[in-house]
Amino acid sequence: MALLEVKEIHTYYGNIHALKGISFEVDSGEIIALIGANGAGKTTTLRTISGLMEPRDGTVHYDGDDISGARADLLVSKGISMVPEGRGVFAKLTVEENLDMGAYTRRDKGIKDDLDRVFELFPRLEERKKQFAGTMSGGEQQMLAIARALMSNPRLLLLDEPSMGLAPVLVDGVFDTVQRIKNEGVTILLVEQNAHMALQIADRGYVLQSGEVALSDTAANLQQNETVQKTYLGID
Amino acid sequence: MLHMFKWKTDEFSWVDFTIDVLRILIVLAIVVGSWNTLSEGRISFAQWVNLFIAGLSQGSIYALIALGYTLVYGILLMINFAHGEVFMAGAFSTVFLAEALNRTGFLNQSPVLAILLMILFAGLVSMTVAILLERIAYRPLRGSPRLVPLITAIGASFFLQYTFRGLYGSGFKAYPQVKILQGALQIGSINIPTVQIFVFVSALVLMFGLYWLVERSRIGKAMRAVSENKEVARLMGIDIDWVILFTFGVGGFLAGSAGVINGMFRPQGVNFFMGFIPGIKAFTAAVLGGIGNIPGAMLGGLFLGVIEAIGPNLVLAGLGIPGANQLKDVIAFTMLVLVLIFRPQGILGERLSEKKA
Repeated sequence: MALLEVKEIHTYYGNIHALKGISFEVDSGEIIALIGANGAGKTTTLRTISGLMEPRDGTVHYDGDDISGARADLLVSKGISMVPEGRGVFAKLTVEENLDMGAYTRRDKGIKDDLDRVFELFPRLEERKKQFAGTMSGGEQQMLAIARALMSNPRLLLLDEPSMGLAPVLVDGVFDTVQRIKNEGVTILLVEQNAHMALQIADRGYVLQSGEVALSDTAANLQQNETVQKTYLGID
Repeated sequence: MLHMFKWKTDEFSWVDFTIDVLRILIVLAIVVGSWNTLSEGRISFAQWVNLFIAGLSQGSIYALIALGYTLVYGILLMINFAHGEVFMAGAFSTVFLAEALNRTGFLNQSPVLAILLMILFAGLVSMTVAILLERIAYRPLRGSPRLVPLITAIGASFFLQYTFRGLYGSGFKAYPQVKILQGALQIGSINIPTVQIFVFVSALVLMFGLYWLVERSRIGKAMRAVSENKEVARLMGIDIDWVILFTFGVGGFLAGSAGVINGMFRPQGVNFFMGFIPGIKAFTAAVLGGIGNIPGAMLGGLFLGVIEAIGPNLVLAGLGIPGANQLKDVIAFTMLVLVLIFRPQGILGERLSEKKA
């Protein structure tokens, strides 16, 4: 059974019909990439899954439960964690406090271990744990945003444009990290404009176009697909 | 920010010109007034110190109330103009408890315990009022244009005033005298009334408590997270509605405690309308310190209290204005206007245009 099952969701911004019946599945342990141009509905899809937006029609099933329109804050303890577009670190909280907020829903004893695990993944954050998040570079903030999302100990991690605004050197690092997180057993749904990188680490991918799924296949096949190459990978 | 003589170099603007003239006039008035007062030497050094300490006490009460404005503003960008009434609710209700404690003699037998009990009671009453206010009046309006909750707050303010008038009547009540607060501490020629020390110290303890709550506790961190970014806070699993309710509750508790402390300091004048002036003064203090900024509200409150105590005697008396001591409120509200003209972000505040406005 799929961990996440999105069925025919329709989401609106006021009167704007942003998602026109999107369906896809994410199996446990996979990295799934959602690629597409600006305005294709990638971010809206993530926001609908995480509960920040409510679908007007269609359903989202997570781990067998219908979570369509559930409150975002209640989904965190069910194991869904999202790294929002533009990172969204709390600039006036320290790195450590940001990570504390990531573990807000938890009261178990494992928090300390997870903190160590996250610091192992991002040693830079440990060096800067007393620093205000707003004073860090874009790359460090992205690390923090991902680390914070991991602190809730998620089963499903939603990543919205983790490479956005980062220097190319850092982009490699981010995708490396995503792969390592996957290897630790976290299922990942990745939204990216950088289709090239996304398809390299993904197992399968969905191409969104104007709020609909235009194509879906394994990542390897999508990389070979002529339309995808032309439109999203910049290969003629 | 201080383009003192901008109009000389850039294009001439009447607004800049007027503001510069205003600036010069204010500085002149302060200098001339203070010079006159000090050269006449009518007020001794010990008296200045006394005024300063009385100002600190009054200011710490403003600070406690101002924190409620600033906490709510920090999280919702909304001015809760009914906050003065939240203060009144605790102060007014607790008069009856104080009278009862006085009648049984408990108030003077174990004054520390009795006052603690009163503070707790007033805090809880005000907290309840603040929470109901948020739940009933403000929450349904969240997300509407900013003018809407503002007008609602004014309506809620009247509603609360007349509800409490209905409950307790329109007459003035007075807090009973507590014997241990009647004395004074003599240091050389300076005479500090015990009650002022009590006011200042208890306000300080409460403020320290708030500081700890906001800086160190889990819910405090959540408050700061919500105030920075509600959407991301939700993604952390934070229940925004609960945090907002909690914030109103904390602000209410501080206001209620301030009500009792104020009652010890100025026993007279407890009635259904008593929240109005302290409410506006505390709002002034919050703006003065930088609204939304917690240390700013504390500093703004103390600053306003001191200015109010010293300003009339120093500046206004020196300018030959009769009955200067009656003009405290003039000083307070002039400060508000001046801050809004010259430094709208307040002493510690950040520029509003950057993010929050």
